[in-house]
Amino acid sequence: MLKTFKGGIHPPYNKDLTNSKPIEKATLPKKVIIPMGMHIGAPSEPIVKVGDMVKKGQKIGEAKSFVSVPVHASISGKVTAVEPRPWPGGGLMMSVVIESDGKDELDYSITPPKPLSQLSPDEIKNLIREAGITGLGGAGFPTQVKLSFPPEKNVDTIIINAAECEPYITADHRLLLERPDDVVLGIEAIMKATGIKRAFIGIEDNKLDAVESIKKTIKDKEGIEVVVLATKYPQGGEKQLIKAVTGREVPSGGLPMDAGVIVNNAGTCAAIANTLKTGLPLIERITTVTGSGIKEPKNLLIRIGTPLIDIIEQCGGFKGTPGKVLMGGPMMGLAQSTLDVPAIKGTSGLLVLEKHDLHLFEPSPCIKCARCVDACPINLLPTTIAKFAQKNMWNEAELYHAMDCVECGCCSYVCPAHIPLTQHIRIAKSHIIALRRQK
Amino acid sequence: MDDYILITTSSPHIHSGESISRIMFSVAIALLLPTFAGIYFFGFRALGLVIVTSIAAILTEAIFQRLRNKPITISDGSALVTGMLLALNLPPGLPYWMAVVGAVVAISLGKQIYGGLGANPFNPALIGRVFLMITFTTPMTTWINPVDGTTRATPLALMKMEGISTDYVKLFFGNVGGSLGETSAFLIIIGGLYLIYKGYVDWCIPASYLGSVAILSAILGQDPVFHLLSGGLMLGAFFMATDMVTTPLSRLGKMIFGIGAGFFTVLIRLYGGYPEGVSFSILLMNAFTPLINRFTVPKIYGEVKSR
Repeated sequence: MLKTFKGGIHPPYNKDLTNSKPIEKATLPKKVIIPMGMHIGAPSEPIVKVGDMVKKGQKIGEAKSFVSVPVHASISGKVTAVEPRPWPGGGLMMSVVIESDGKDELDYSITPPKPLSQLSPDEIKNLIREAGITGLGGAGFPTQVKLSFPPEKNVDTIIINAAECEPYITADHRLLLERPDDVVLGIEAIMKATGIKRAFIGIEDNKLDAVESIKKTIKDKEGIEVVVLATKYPQGGEKQLIKAVTGREVPSGGLPMDAGVIVNNAGTCAAIANTLKTGLPLIERITTVTGSGIKEPKNLLIRIGTPLIDIIEQCGGFKGTPGKVLMGGPMMGLAQSTLDVPAIKGTSGLLVLEKHDLHLFEPSPCIKCARCVDACPINLLPTTIAKFAQKNMWNEAELYHAMDCVECGCCSYVCPAHIPLTQHIRIAKSHIIALRRQK
Repeated sequence: MDDYILITTSSPHIHSGESISRIMFSVAIALLLPTFAGIYFFGFRALGLVIVTSIAAILTEAIFQRLRNKPITISDGSALVTGMLLALNLPPGLPYWMAVVGAVVAISLGKQIYGGLGANPFNPALIGRVFLMITFTTPMTTWINPVDGTTRATPLALMKMEGISTDYVKLFFGNVGGSLGETSAFLIIIGGLYLIYKGYVDWCIPASYLGSVAILSAILGQDPVFHLLSGGLMLGAFFMATDMVTTPLSRLGKMIFGIGAGFFTVLIRLYGGYPEGVSFSILLMNAFTPLINRFTVPKIYGEVKSR
């Protein structure tokens, strides 16, 4: 039997739009907008000013706290603005805008580090931090912080998340097919940095070619194994992945390390490998540009900071009238109101849904069918929490474990009454957090 | 590029396509099976009753929503289901006007007065039936077969009053006295299995309900097969104890609901004043549903100790 978790849904995956298309290098952008807070944690502080000339790979933002990472220029050129700009996370974020000089010159500081075999664990962690590497699955947690767990946690397992359960997105799939060596080198670096002897790569069974590709690469590697998972959303959710692979559960309110596990995305491993091989920080990533509203769906290797409009134009532009432009997939992606925002480190996909493909509904009353209860991978009662949220009963919502919601969207997806359950729970969570701060 | 406005709503951005009306019309389709059985055994008067109660239920819903200044949602199919279910629970010879009264009560007192769809604590069709049962006791317990004009007692009444059992085959296929949709266990089970297959009925409820009736009646020295196949149990177990609005959310809650309904059904059948207790037992368990929900909150992912 394939490994999986309880609950979840089977949405249409629509991955065949891009899963056979090789990764393509995007053209050099004329301008990049680089937000200082693409990661979870404190935003970095800009260390360049308007008028400065910068080179590719040069540090332009300094991390000032432990849970943070530095930010780097992804092209060479002139800094034309250092100011708050709209960014895909919503609202404004301090950003550095660079106009390209067209030369794409490498910064003098970029040199390949010593080979992995000669690096100490601390050196590896430091390299990862200085390269600005964050989780590339979407949330953007600083990778080095993940690798620096206290020894008493007895972390004994590394899980590499290559489930890629979001519909449409194929960035990790193509990565596993085209650069399996990089993924495995990244895993070896994480193993060495943490001293953990066991790593599992979780891949859904709708990507068996990727399973083969990785299996070939790890044939003579000690301690690395592939785990084939059932294709079910949200199989790539951190908690669901841990449950499926190890049978362990992350305690409520805890972190994966509380279950003795650290989870890293396959893309993150490749980013680590890239830094080990070239010395380059994280300045580019693979993004799947896809959807019914895109003329030529592609897997693009883009520079961080490339405005969305440039990316869409490189894929033939819009097909029909765009209804929604999503950063990420259709289940958890963030709807964008403007195309002037940049792609960031967590942009695994850019999904354009054609206007006629959107189904916007008026919610009707809950008929207590409990489909949301069956679909919830955390085993919550989404309808009950949502009802409390609609009545501003935040304490009751908390009692029914609102804070454990992972916002995967399964409940809203299945609700026959079209109630935006996930949104109600999200609102409850923000109020609960605000109330906790007051205490 | 053309003019366009990007829509920003919160995730998720896709939907399964499931809807309340799809669920309700699937239930209505499944209910056609016992309706056919009713027509087959009791003639077109059975069909007449189904049509009359359905129309009365839908009209009552529309009028009430109009009075409450709410959008009229009769197209969602829920009033149709209530109307059909009520008719299937009536004696085939009941005067039409009484059936209309039942449908009006079902929708008004059973559903709209609480705020409409999703807000009613009790199964509306059963509220209508119990109202008729108490108000028009004699017509509601007179089992005339409109086809040949004969009167025959229901198998449960025969058992209770005279100790006469009825042939299993007749009970299974429905050639017995009774409400117009409750007699054919065979067609009810097929309809129920269709809804289980579609995912609109959780098998837990019929299984725990029927199972507890069988076990309890056997313990009390009764014939469990007879009790399973007679009266309104099959119709109740597959179509009324499974009403989403008035039954618990969690699996465990559904089991408790089914077992409780089974317990009260046997209790009323064997020791109560009425020969049949399905309606009362389901309504009773409907009343317990909020309490059951409160005590059967599922254990969530992560209720484990940190390492």
